[in-house]
Amino acid sequence: MSVIPAELSYTTSHEWVSVEGDTYTIGLTDFAQDALGDLVFVNLPMEGDEVVAGEAFADVESVKAVSDVFSPVTGTVVQINEDLLDAPEAINEDPYGAWLVRVEEVSEVGDLLDADAYEAHCAQEA
Amino acid sequence: MKLLFERSVAGRKQTIFPDLDVPEATFDETLVRQSAPRLPQMAEVDLGRHYTELAKQTHGVNDGFYPLGSCTMKYNPRVNEQVAALPGFADIHPLQPEETVQGCLGAMHELEGMLAEICGMDAMTLQPAAGAHGEYTGLLLIRAHHLANGDTGRTKIIVPDSAHGTNPASAVMAGFTVVSVPSDAQGGVDLDALRAAVGPDTAGLMLTNPNTLGLFDPNIVEICQIIHEAGGLCYYDGANLNAVMGHARPGDMGFDCVHVNLHKTFSTPHGGGGPGSGPVGCKAFLAPYLPNPRVVERPDGTLAFSCSEQSVGKVRSFYGNFLVAVRALAYILTLGREGIPEASASAVLNANYLAHFLAEAGYALPYGERCMHEFVIDVGPLKAETGVSAMDVAKRLLDFGVHPPTMYFPLIVHEALMAEPTETESRETLDEFVGLMTGILKEAHEDGERLHSAPFTCPIGRPDEVKAARKPHVRYEFDEEG
Amino acid sequence: MGSYLPETDEGRAGMLAALGLTKSDELFSVIPPEVRIDALDLPEGRSELEVVSHLEALARENRHFDVVLRGAGAYRHHIPSIVKSVTSKEEFVTAYTPYQAEISQGVLQSIFEYQTQICELTGMDVANASVYDGATAAAEGVLMCRDRRRNEVVVAETVHPDVMTVIKTYCASRDVPVVTVPATSDLMVDLDALRAAVGPTTAAVYVQSPNYLGIIEDMDGIVAASHEAGSKVVMGFNPIALGILRTPGEYGVDVAVGEGQPLGLPLGFGGPYLGIMATTKALMRKLPGRIVGETSDAEGRRAFVLTLQAREQHIRREKASSNICSNEALCAMTASVYLAAVGPEGLAQVARLCAGHAHYLAEKLAELGFAPMSDKPFFNEFLTTCPVDAHQLVDQLAEHGILAGLPTHDGILWCATELNTRAEIDRVVSVVKEVCDR
Repeated sequence: MSVIPAELSYTTSHEWVSVEGDTYTIGLTDFAQDALGDLVFVNLPMEGDEVVAGEAFADVESVKAVSDVFSPVTGTVVQINEDLLDAPEAINEDPYGAWLVRVEEVSEVGDLLDADAYEAHCAQEA
Repeated sequence: MKLLFERSVAGRKQTIFPDLDVPEATFDETLVRQSAPRLPQMAEVDLGRHYTELAKQTHGVNDGFYPLGSCTMKYNPRVNEQVAALPGFADIHPLQPEETVQGCLGAMHELEGMLAEICGMDAMTLQPAAGAHGEYTGLLLIRAHHLANGDTGRTKIIVPDSAHGTNPASAVMAGFTVVSVPSDAQGGVDLDALRAAVGPDTAGLMLTNPNTLGLFDPNIVEICQIIHEAGGLCYYDGANLNAVMGHARPGDMGFDCVHVNLHKTFSTPHGGGGPGSGPVGCKAFLAPYLPNPRVVERPDGTLAFSCSEQSVGKVRSFYGNFLVAVRALAYILTLGREGIPEASASAVLNANYLAHFLAEAGYALPYGERCMHEFVIDVGPLKAETGVSAMDVAKRLLDFGVHPPTMYFPLIVHEALMAEPTETESRETLDEFVGLMTGILKEAHEDGERLHSAPFTCPIGRPDEVKAARKPHVRYEFDEEG
Repeated sequence: MGSYLPETDEGRAGMLAALGLTKSDELFSVIPPEVRIDALDLPEGRSELEVVSHLEALARENRHFDVVLRGAGAYRHHIPSIVKSVTSKEEFVTAYTPYQAEISQGVLQSIFEYQTQICELTGMDVANASVYDGATAAAEGVLMCRDRRRNEVVVAETVHPDVMTVIKTYCASRDVPVVTVPATSDLMVDLDALRAAVGPTTAAVYVQSPNYLGIIEDMDGIVAASHEAGSKVVMGFNPIALGILRTPGEYGVDVAVGEGQPLGLPLGFGGPYLGIMATTKALMRKLPGRIVGETSDAEGRRAFVLTLQAREQHIRREKASSNICSNEALCAMTASVYLAAVGPEGLAQVARLCAGHAHYLAEKLAELGFAPMSDKPFFNEFLTTCPVDAHQLVDQLAEHGILAGLPTHDGILWCATELNTRAEIDRVVSVVKEVCDR
C-alpha cells in the first residue's frame, strides 16, 4: 500500500502537487516510484522553461526504462531540484521530499485529484 | 582480473619504432602536450597474456551455440578473413587514383549487384557502416524523394509496435515523427489500424518482415499497397533477411528501399559490437539520392566513382566498411544461387525444429510453433507458476556455455525470449539445447528460488546495474601516487 | 557449390519428418505465391579454392604502392605485430555486443580499458565505446551539443571535406543550420569570421587541428571566441599527433572527436575505421553510443557492464539522441592494443618520427620549387605549390611505386609517417627532381 499524504493534490499520471502562495511544487508519488523501480537518473527542464499542463516536462530513468513526467500545470519553472541530478535515489527513498521542480506564473491547472480520489485511482491501476 | 593499467610497470616497454633519422621537428611550447598520457607500460609477453585471459572471458560463435534472436549469429567462415587481409585490399589507400583501384571498385560493384539481385532492388550503396546507419540512409532517400516532389507535408513514418528500437530512433534522426501501429492477434500488422494511420502526412512505413516475432506477414502486398496509395514509400528493415533470401525479395513485395546487415545475413563477424556494414538498396527512382560517390561502369568497361547532384550527401567518410564488404562478397560467391536459398531454408527449418521441441518440453509459444527463422518463447506462464523469469532462464543457460536468446524483446511479449538458431547448427546442437531448456524447466519447478541467482559458474555473478548507472564509473581512476 | 551447413540432406529430411513435413518448401507456405521466386540470378556457388582465386585476382587489379606520401584522412602506419595477433582471436572476432555481462567480461573490460586510454590520450573525462568513423563522430559530436535554445552549428572550412559533408547531411535531416567559416590565406580558420558567425543560437563550433591541410589551428583563440558566445567547441584530432601535441582537454574543448584509423587499423580502402568520441563530465549523458561502466556483483567482485543505457535507442526509441547500436568494437580494441603496445614513450616517438619525416620532406621538396602554401606550424601533412602538372607528377611517381601527395587546393597535399624513412624520402626526392627536370 503506497503512501498518499492527505494535504497534497495528485494527477492520474502519478505526479503530486503542493501549492504555497503562487508557487506550485511538483514531484512523483510513492506509487509511481514503486512502479518505476530503482531510478538512476532524472532529466529536468531548465529554469525559465515553460511547462504545459498535461505535457511531459521531465523524464526519469531506471536501468531498462525511461518514463515521462507530466506537468499538472501550465507555467514557468522557477527552480529545479539539482540534488536529484546526483542522487536520483532520493525519489525512491523519499518521494514526497524529493520534489522535481517549482513552477510559478501558473495560468492553468489541469484536473487534479484529492488524496481519496487518487487512492481509488491507484487501487484501480494496481 | 587485472586491468592493463594495474599491470603497468614504469620503464617496461616494447621496441616498436626506431630512433629519429632526421632532425627533430620542434613546436612552440604552447602547442605541446603538458603531460604524457598514462598509457600502460608493458612487455609484449605480458600484453599478450592479458588479452588471452580476456579472450577466455568472452563468448564467441566458436565457443558455443549462440541463438541470439534478431542477431543471426551464424558461423563466420575463415576464408572471409583470409581474403579481407590480402594486402591488395587491406593496404590500399582510399584516395588512390581510380585506375589503381579497379580491383576494389570491382569488388564493390560485384557485391552491389548481387545484393541488389537478392533484395529485388535496382541500385545499392555500401556506404552505411551498420544496420541502424542503413536505416537512417534509407529514410534520407525517402525524405529526399518527397522534398523533390515538393511534398513537404509528408512528415510521418509508420512503425509497427514490434519493431526494433532503432526504427523510431532512425526516423527521428532523418527528420520524421513516428506513428506506432499495433500488431494484430496473429502478430502481423493490424490492417485496419494501418488504414486509419495513413494520410497525406504519411512519408512511409518501416517494416521488418518476417517481424521480430519470427512471423512473415501474409498481408505484405496489401500493406505496401495501403502505404503507396496514401503516397508514402515502404522501407524494408533487412535485419531478418536470413529467413527469406532466395525465396522472396523485398522488391517484389512492394518495398522501395531496404538495408541489409552484412554482419548478420552475410556471415561477416560481429567483433563484439562491430564493425558491421549496412548496405542500402533502392528502386531506380530513388537511386539519384543515394550517398556520394557511387561505383559506375564506364563505356570502356573500367569502373569509376560518380557523384549525383541530387544525392543526400554522405553518411560516412570514403566508401563504407570496405573490408567487411569483401568478406560478404566471398560468402555470397561461395553459396551462390543454390546455396543462398538453401541457407535460409535451413535457418527456417532449424527454428521450426527448435520451436516444436521446446513447446513439447513445456515452454509457451504465444504465436504457435510455426515460424520463420526465429521465434518468441513467453516465460510469463512459467513465471506465474514458479517465479522464474525470462532473465532467470537466460542466466541459467550461461552456466552451460550457451549464449541465451534475446531477452525481453519484442516488447509486446513481457517475458520474451527470442531464439534464432541460424542454419549453421546441427541437429545435435539443437537437441542439446532442448535438453538444457528441459532441465531448466525442471529446476524451475523444483527450486525456482535458486534460479534467481544464476549463473553459478561464470567469472562473475549478475552485476549491479543500478549502481553502475547511478554513479557512473566509466574510466580507470589512477592512484595519484603511482 | 559451397556451403556452411553442418547437416546433410538426409539429416534435414529427418528433421522435417520430425515436424510432420516432407519438403522444406512447406516452411515457406505463409509467403504469398505472387512474391515467391524460383531462383536468383546469381552465379553458381564455388569451392573455397575458387573463391580465394577470384578475390586474389581482384586484389591484384589494385596497385599496391611501396611508398605512400598521401594522407588526407587515411594514413599508412606501421602496425605492431601483437595488434593483429590479439585482434584476430576468435572470441573477440565472433562475439556479438556484450549484452550478457557474465560471459562477456573480456570484451567489456577491453572497452573500459579503451575508454580510459582515450581519456588519457585526449585529456577529456569520458569516452564512449566508439562510433563508425571520424566523420560520424564529428556529426554526432556537434549534434550532442544542442539544447532547447541553441540549434545551429558552425563549421570551419579547413576541416576534412568528407567530414564537412557528413556533418551537413546529419544536420540537414534534423533542420540544424550549418554555417561555414572560411580560411585565411595561411590556411587557418579566419578568427574574425568565426567570431562573426558564432551567436546566441550557436550550439557548437567544429574545427579540426591539425586541419585538413595539415596546419595546427589557433585552438586557444577558437575556444575563447566560441565560449565567449556561449557555444560549445568540438575539436577533431589526429590520435598520433597527440603523442606530442597539446590535447583537446588542455585546450578546454567540450567534445573531442577523431578518426582512430592511425591506431593500428589498415588503410583498407576506407574502412572499417574507428570513430573516437570523448567529452566532459558535464556532457556525459549526451554522449551517443555504448558506454561501459564498472560495478560489482552480489559477492563484491569487480564487474563491467554496458551502462547509461537509458540514453540509447533500444530504451528511449524515438527520443534517443542517436540511433547507433553496432559501433566499431573490434576497431576500438585494435586501437587499445596499439596504445598499450607502443606505450607513452612509443606514442611520442611515432609522433616525432611522423613530424620529423614530414618536415624533412617539406624542406627537400621546397628545394625543388614545391613551395609551402603556409608558413604556420604543421604536424605531418602540408600543402605545397606544384611547379609541374600535378596529375602528371602523380602518374609519373606511380610508375616508380610511389603514391604522391593528393592534388587539391591548386597544389599538392603531402603526408609523411614513421614509414617514410630518410633514405626513402631521399629516393623519392630524386625521382621528383627527375620528373621536374624532364
